[in-house]
Amino acid sequence: MEGPTTRSMAGWAVGALVLIALPFVWSDPYPLHIMIQILIWSFAYTSWSIMGRFGLVSLGHGGFMGVGAYVTALLWNHLGITPWIGIPVSLVCAGVLALVVAYPCFRFRITGHYFALVTLALSGIVLQVITASRDLTGGSLGFSPKMMPADSIFALQFRDKTTWYLIALAMWAVGLLIWRKVDRSMDRYALEAVSEDEDAAAAVGVNVTVEKLKITVISALMTAFAGALYCQYQLFITPDTVSGISVSLQMVFAAVVGGVYVALGPTVGAVITILLAETLRIGFGTKAVGWDNLIYGVLLVLFIVFLPKGILGSTLDWLRLRRRRG
Amino acid sequence: MLAVEGLVKRFGGFTAVNKVSFDVAKGEILGLIGPNGSGKSTIFNLLSGTLPPSAGSIRFDGREIAGLAPHRIINAGVGRTFQIPRPFRRLSIFENVALAGYFGQDRHSRTKAYDSAERALAMVGLPTDRHATVDGLGAAGLKKLELAKAIATGPKLLLADESLGGLDESEMDQAAAMLRKIRDELGITIIWVEHIMGVLMKVVDRVMVIDHGEKIAEGLPHEVSSDPRVIEVYLGTDAEATQAVAQARR
Ligand SMILES: Nc1ncnc2c1ncn2[C@@H]1O[C@H](COP(=O)(O)OP(=O)(O)OP(=O)(O)O)[C@@H](O)[C@H]1O
Ligand SMILES: [Mg+2]
Repeated sequence: MEGPTTRSMAGWAVGALVLIALPFVWSDPYPLHIMIQILIWSFAYTSWSIMGRFGLVSLGHGGFMGVGAYVTALLWNHLGITPWIGIPVSLVCAGVLALVVAYPCFRFRITGHYFALVTLALSGIVLQVITASRDLTGGSLGFSPKMMPADSIFALQFRDKTTWYLIALAMWAVGLLIWRKVDRSMDRYALEAVSEDEDAAAAVGVNVTVEKLKITVISALMTAFAGALYCQYQLFITPDTVSGISVSLQMVFAAVVGGVYVALGPTVGAVITILLAETLRIGFGTKAVGWDNLIYGVLLVLFIVFLPKGILGSTLDWLRLRRRRG
Repeated sequence: MLAVEGLVKRFGGFTAVNKVSFDVAKGEILGLIGPNGSGKSTIFNLLSGTLPPSAGSIRFDGREIAGLAPHRIINAGVGRTFQIPRPFRRLSIFENVALAGYFGQDRHSRTKAYDSAERALAMVGLPTDRHATVDGLGAAGLKKLELAKAIATGPKLLLADESLGGLDESEMDQAAAMLRKIRDELGITIIWVEHIMGVLMKVVDRVMVIDHGEKIAEGLPHEVSSDPRVIEVYLGTDAEATQAVAQARR
């Protein structure tokens, strides 16, 4: 555990200032839009890796994201409930869903591939429910929260990209803080131990089921929050963009590519995936639809085999090694 | 302190522990011996909650603990080691033990956990340096770590599954001396499992012998080692054990 040195503190402060000042200096809407996307997805990927780093590989996070986005938007459109209440309600829903799926898994020691499969079903089910409830959700055609005539704090709707950038930036920073808080907690030791040997962890007093549930619920709540904010920003969601298996896989891919053992790993993953998707979209247009998923799939396998610590994790290792030698 | 009655464990149709009853008094070291596969480790798994018993009662400090979840039994004051060390390789040596100190003592506080870890590591003779990794430990070191983890949970009763295979003679003596020191200095009651009698007989207050999951003898070391049933069991197994019996009787 290294305390913050003055130099690293200064580094963080400068970094934060640059990021905050950015939209005031450079306010092109397109790059700003890309930045907002990166920040929101970074937060989602960080949420995934908060549990994924302990070998709890969930393929159900698309489900949590979908619940966050749709519950918030449905409450607003059909009942006129402000997102300020809708988002907490959607988080509660995602938390309950996480408990319902994870508790039996953990209680009956469903781990590894089997856990991944059970959670995969969760993604599929949430997607199906959203698509099938056409009258409420608009089905696969998508859904738009009712627009207010002007910017509205009550409706959490802002036309101005700078505002959204700052909101997304704050959310991303909070995500990193949560990651760090978990990283420095005793629960991290417990979860590392659990990921290696559940019986041995229990034999030193760890309540294995509770430790796993806690981290799963934290991760699910964060992911649902990402879904809700994504919806508020885009003001248009479809089942495929915020839920389902492809969204889940995208999270796994980005987190693994960036690196799940370092705080900024998922952020690096978001930068790479979003730039890749944008490049394909601009370069190849509609011809390239679905290519990104194919590329993700292939790269994911390559990374798991050859670079399990991800790009950022491996780079940091390499730098550390060089510094020690040099 | 511990009262076990009619303890049974079946694995499918096979009965690994068959109606075993015994008591352990506060402050004693009870030796638990028996040939390979006789059910010693299984008894430990039942006592610590790693496996649920098929039948029987386990009263610890007057409270029924049979079938409780392992983390609850550990927090009630039972500590255990595994025969084959099970370190957490993703954590440093210190973190392994601090983890035990924290979660084995009702998550009291980090400070208390770190203190417990430092004391436990010093007790078994491992470095208290925060970053030393598990990978640097040999067979003897891993056994020490196993013991440090168990002690750090602050147990009143320690279940030490120490089949000392893989250690040379002086290491065995050291391990025996260590258990004695843990009892004398920390006041921890101990059940010590072993399948070789020699070293064990010098340290324990009482011995219990099991064979094929059943208790066949119990008593003071010299009584047990001259018990014909015990001798038969050991004669029936391996030469090394026979020698140990002879040694212990001398
Ligand atoms: N989880 C299990 N499932 C099925 N059988 C088991 C299980 N655990 C132990 N056994 C069986 O129970 C019997 C007793 O095993 P146990 O490990 O308790 O013996 P032991 O006395 O500790 O032996 P050793 O001296 O070799 O350590 C053995 O026949 C073993 O194969
Ligand atoms: Mg054994």
